[in-house]
Amino acid sequence: MIKLQKIEVAFGRGTPDERLVLRGIDLEVPKGQRATVIGSNGAGKTTLFNAIAGTVPLAAGRVFIDEVDRAGESEWMRARYVGRVRQDPLAGTAGGMTVLDNLALASRKGPRRLAPAVSPRLRRELVERVAELGMGLEKRLRENVNRLSGGQRQALTLLMAAISRPSVLLLDEHTAALDPRNAEIVTNLTRRFVSEYGLTAMSVTHDMKRALEEGDRLIMMHEGRVIVDLSGNEKDGMDVQKLVALFGKARGEIYADDGALLS
Amino acid sequence: MVEGILLEGLIYGIMALGVFIAFRVLDFPDLTAEGAFPFGAAVGGALIASGAAGPLALLAAFGAGALAGCATSAIHHGLKVPALLAGIVTMTGLYSIDLRVLGGRANLPLIAKNPIMRGSESWLGASIDPTLASLIAFALGTAVLLAILILFFHTELGVALGALGDNEAAVVSVGVNPVRLRTLGIALGNGLAGLSGALAASYQGFADVNFGSGIIAAGLASVMLGELVMRSNRIGVLLLRVLLGSLLFRAIMYAGRSWGYLAGITPNDLKLLTAVLVVAALALSRWKNRQPKAARG
Repeated sequence: MIKLQKIEVAFGRGTPDERLVLRGIDLEVPKGQRATVIGSNGAGKTTLFNAIAGTVPLAAGRVFIDEVDRAGESEWMRARYVGRVRQDPLAGTAGGMTVLDNLALASRKGPRRLAPAVSPRLRRELVERVAELGMGLEKRLRENVNRLSGGQRQALTLLMAAISRPSVLLLDEHTAALDPRNAEIVTNLTRRFVSEYGLTAMSVTHDMKRALEEGDRLIMMHEGRVIVDLSGNEKDGMDVQKLVALFGKARGEIYADDGALLS
Repeated sequence: MVEGILLEGLIYGIMALGVFIAFRVLDFPDLTAEGAFPFGAAVGGALIASGAAGPLALLAAFGAGALAGCATSAIHHGLKVPALLAGIVTMTGLYSIDLRVLGGRANLPLIAKNPIMRGSESWLGASIDPTLASLIAFALGTAVLLAILILFFHTELGVALGALGDNEAAVVSVGVNPVRLRTLGIALGNGLAGLSGALAASYQGFADVNFGSGIIAAGLASVMLGELVMRSNRIGVLLLRVLLGSLLFRAIMYAGRSWGYLAGITPNDLKLLTAVLVVAALALSRWKNRQPKAARG
């Protein structure tokens, strides 16, 4: 479960160029829900994820993960509850290390011990898991990750994020850098892992059609605010055309609000 | 002659292992070893001179080096000082500390008391040649150290350390504090440099504040020469080849000292030779790496 209360993030704080990138976001994603976030460039989608993961400091607001306010915790502390897959397939894995070592690293959250990284039992478990990707990686456990293709590497990153059992999984356009075939494979894997591991997931996409097809909930952002939040029947009855119209309307409303404030 | 090369190769090889951990595993350009090496020599030497047992002196030398590493890490992380500068600051400060540890002198002879060398020469009994006995002792000691390091890099902590140099985000994403982990790695690397310094002091028969001069370049040359010898992604092989590189480096240095005069090389030129070796090893590895890529087209 994740609950955001009045989240504000400012870029260039204390300088004349100070700019609010997130303007008071209130959002609650219940356990097991899969929410899709859309919005144009600069809407604040990635910054929202950064705010949840602790990558950027908050100007204001609170971040509850499983009922506990984690806003004061640094990124590595919050990573115990938050998993993240970024757009860049190179971002989530250690390329100079083997597939097995990467999986072993991700098999547990929290401080490291002076215990063997890969016990025979863990190894069997990991081999089983990696075989489920259907990419033959179980035969390449001793190969360095930087010898894998982008699709394989992203699938591995996703698996690593899933097996560490985070409370919230953030997917930041994680198929955007892949070719259509690999994007399809990774999308299917995502769907499977999210339901199999019972993860609460938020994903960012630019693809309105996909956003309507995927997930239980659709969140549209614009200029640092949530302007559309659809789920259930409302979301099911939506198509791309209606969505675009809704987007235009909601955008107009915001400007109207700002106009009212200024006058 | 061969015994000397092997002994020196093993002793300075331990320092090269430290340099390898900093530069290659952590991807942290750490110059602290230039200070940690003589610091270890000074602490170990002073303890030996005051009558301490050999193992205790070596342990203290490791601890001293590790402490120097922690200082560099604190300067780097705490004040956001670039790694190179943080190392230089630590190394500069350590010079004065070394002088204090050595009782205000720049050089402490270990002729009368040298339990490490005497012990290594006599542990197999009087019938075995002392040089051979000490070579066996150092080879065994280094092998044990290597085994401990290999085991360490197969633990959760060791794997995380390896990943940290590769991609910090991957380590952060599993809930590990990257600053604490990097500090541990820098401490380990410099601890090895300190240990190596104390062994070098025992081997040379004196501890000297100028022991560290050029040690990083020597360590790097050893690491790079090792990398030319063989390729692998197994940590055991990577660590072993550092030691092989160190032996190779000492052999080249010996050749420079012994036959260098034929080419007009004097002992004064050995540091230049070290620098040239580093550059040559770098150039060679670049050239080697380019070959398969060109073939792939």
